[in-house]
Amino acid sequence: MFKIVKREEMSQGTVVLNEIEAPLIAGKAKPGQFVILKANDTGERIPLTMAYTDAEKGIIAVIYQVVGKSTALFKTLKVGEGYQDVIGPLGKPTHVEKLGKVVCVGGGTGVAVLHPITRAMKQAGNHVTAIIGARTKDLLILEELMKTASHELHVCTDDGSYGRHGFVTHALKDILDKEKIDLVVAIGPVPMMKFVSKLTKDYNVHTLVSLNPIMVDGTGMCGGCRVSVGGKNQFACVDGPEFDGHQVDFDELMMRLQAYCEEEKMCHNEFCMLEESWHKK
Amino acid sequence: MSVETTAKEKKQKKNRVQMPEQPPKVRARNFIEVPTGYTSEMAREEASRCLQCKNPGCVEGCPVGVDIPGFIKLVHEGEFTQAIRHIWTMNSLPAVCGRVCPQESQCEGQCVLGKKGEPVAIGNLERFAADWERAQGTGALPPKAAASGKKVAVVGAGPAGLTVAGDLIQKGHDVTVFEAFHKPGGVLLYGIPEFRLPKEIVAQEVNFLERLGVKVECNAVVGRTITLDELFEQGYQAIFLGVGAGLPKFMNIPGENLVGILSANEYLTRANLMKAYLFPKVDTPIPHGKEVVVLGGGNVAMDSARTALRLGADRVRLVYRRSREEMPARAAEAHHAEEEGIEFFLLTNPVRYLGNEKGRLTGMECIKMELGEPDASGRRRPVAVKGSEFKIDCDLCIVAVGTGANPLLTSSTPDLKLNKWGYIDTDPKTGKTKKKGVWAGGDIVTGSATVILAMGAGRGAANSIHDYLNFGW
Repeated sequence: MFKIVKREEMSQGTVVLNEIEAPLIAGKAKPGQFVILKANDTGERIPLTMAYTDAEKGIIAVIYQVVGKSTALFKTLKVGEGYQDVIGPLGKPTHVEKLGKVVCVGGGTGVAVLHPITRAMKQAGNHVTAIIGARTKDLLILEELMKTASHELHVCTDDGSYGRHGFVTHALKDILDKEKIDLVVAIGPVPMMKFVSKLTKDYNVHTLVSLNPIMVDGTGMCGGCRVSVGGKNQFACVDGPEFDGHQVDFDELMMRLQAYCEEEKMCHNEFCMLEESWHKK
Repeated sequence: MSVETTAKEKKQKKNRVQMPEQPPKVRARNFIEVPTGYTSEMAREEASRCLQCKNPGCVEGCPVGVDIPGFIKLVHEGEFTQAIRHIWTMNSLPAVCGRVCPQESQCEGQCVLGKKGEPVAIGNLERFAADWERAQGTGALPPKAAASGKKVAVVGAGPAGLTVAGDLIQKGHDVTVFEAFHKPGGVLLYGIPEFRLPKEIVAQEVNFLERLGVKVECNAVVGRTITLDELFEQGYQAIFLGVGAGLPKFMNIPGENLVGILSANEYLTRANLMKAYLFPKVDTPIPHGKEVVVLGGGNVAMDSARTALRLGADRVRLVYRRSREEMPARAAEAHHAEEEGIEFFLLTNPVRYLGNEKGRLTGMECIKMELGEPDASGRRRPVAVKGSEFKIDCDLCIVAVGTGANPLLTSSTPDLKLNKWGYIDTDPKTGKTKKKGVWAGGDIVTGSATVILAMGAGRGAANSIHDYLNFGW
């Protein structure tokens, strides 16, 4: 078992952070890489990109949004309990180098994935501006960590309840209008990455996105995570998870993410009903 | 006429004892194993057909060299424990081999009885001996050499790796198997369906190795979680790589990323390893197609088609570009598939997939093929017949047209020499790679092949590793 040593709820309990004991993975993991977690015998294999790692303590951290049965099950795991299986580090690490000015854009739980990359970009000597956004103030995560990881942080909320009123693309556009940017890293919901990539293409700024398509093994075997990049099929697990945002077919990715929509609903509803009945007891 | 000659004549004329099977209509809707196994009487009866040849062709036909007449004689005598122990000396996975080996082109293909009638059912007898041991056996382990104090790492808990582990543990070495998945078994677990190879049997074969002293570490992606050089630093003196082929091939035709098109690797992994056929009792879903098309003609295609049927498909069609003769599937699998109602669309190739506005598969366009001149593989090359395009409706398509080399391990180990297809370059006899202390075998060397060929490669490598540990590279 891979023990949970720290657990925190964010965004009104819809987002959960787990620090997990996994010394072998912690010793190897680099920013941008992911792990696959499986809670128990009947559990699903769920890929999650690591938010941070501590090789000395032998821990890795994942932050996930509760969206379906599997993440709802993850949420029930307490400190001292753990995951039956954790596999990794998987995927290619982010290519980090000194480029000059880098803007890191994050939305939703994508901010968790963006955080180690932001920090690494800063450490590599880049001037890093971070933009993070959420639907509303209570759903915003990792503001403090992102502040220290970057030189400059902009916060946006869709409803204007905190920071700038508007989407992250608005804040990004202002920066792109003002100065020459060498790289944009955008991680968040697929529509966000799509619109960031669209915007940066107009400004001809190279843009990296991190994709999280449906996958089973995470080692190149199943091909379920295939995405069209520049008209070619790529496997997010071994060729990614980061790709050139200007080349990714986001519409296809969105459709592929809906593949098990019905099954997910059925499974999740059943689990929630079961949970409710436990609580009533 | 003497009594003896009558007995001999009788022996020659005896028909093969058929292994009972679930009726096609019943089994096509469940995941229970199709053949139900011999009783001891049936096994002894079938074993009595063996002529005990002086120079047995069957043994030559076996990639791991099991003494077939020897174990069959013991079955005939009712010495089942002795029979299984006899098999174990050459094969650590008899319950698996008895079920999944292509016997018709190996041992049974060489059987003298096969010239005039049906060969001895060697696979069925091997399966019987292994099953009998599991159900009624004493659980006594075969003898093991004294501990050598030498550590060996095996990467990949599939047929090649498990064979190496079984051989080397019996030779007294300290063996640890590293597996990337959360359970050991490799293709035996994720690839071959429950109705052909119950997962309980795979678990028990692995358990047998563990009882012999083999250690199994799951969730260890060698090349990522730990590198080969780190394994050497940890004191492993030899490493065997049996990581399998891996990357699924697709057709590279328009529409391939529509929802409803899966590689056979994904479809079977969901069904077998993740047991998605039990969804929602387990959390991993699997698409349930009504009109299913499977592309390919190998065992994996048959397994996919039969799985689709068991998941409730109304109609399952298998589209294969060559003719029945060129089909690489094991004869029994193609036969079972047809019996269950899988329709074979031979000499047919897909041209493009068709989808709806939601990006879901609705059908595909195919073209008829004819056979032309032989290609590099010696099989006649299929050529498209102009103007023969036609459309078939389908809501699920499983692509079972083979796999390519998985670069996960090899890309992180630059001193392993690869061939032009990305497979590991090895000495064909010993399995030695170009990196000192490292061997490889199975699909990562040959490309997609069979369980038993991987086991044969494992056997060769295990012997070479044993020599190395005693005498050096």
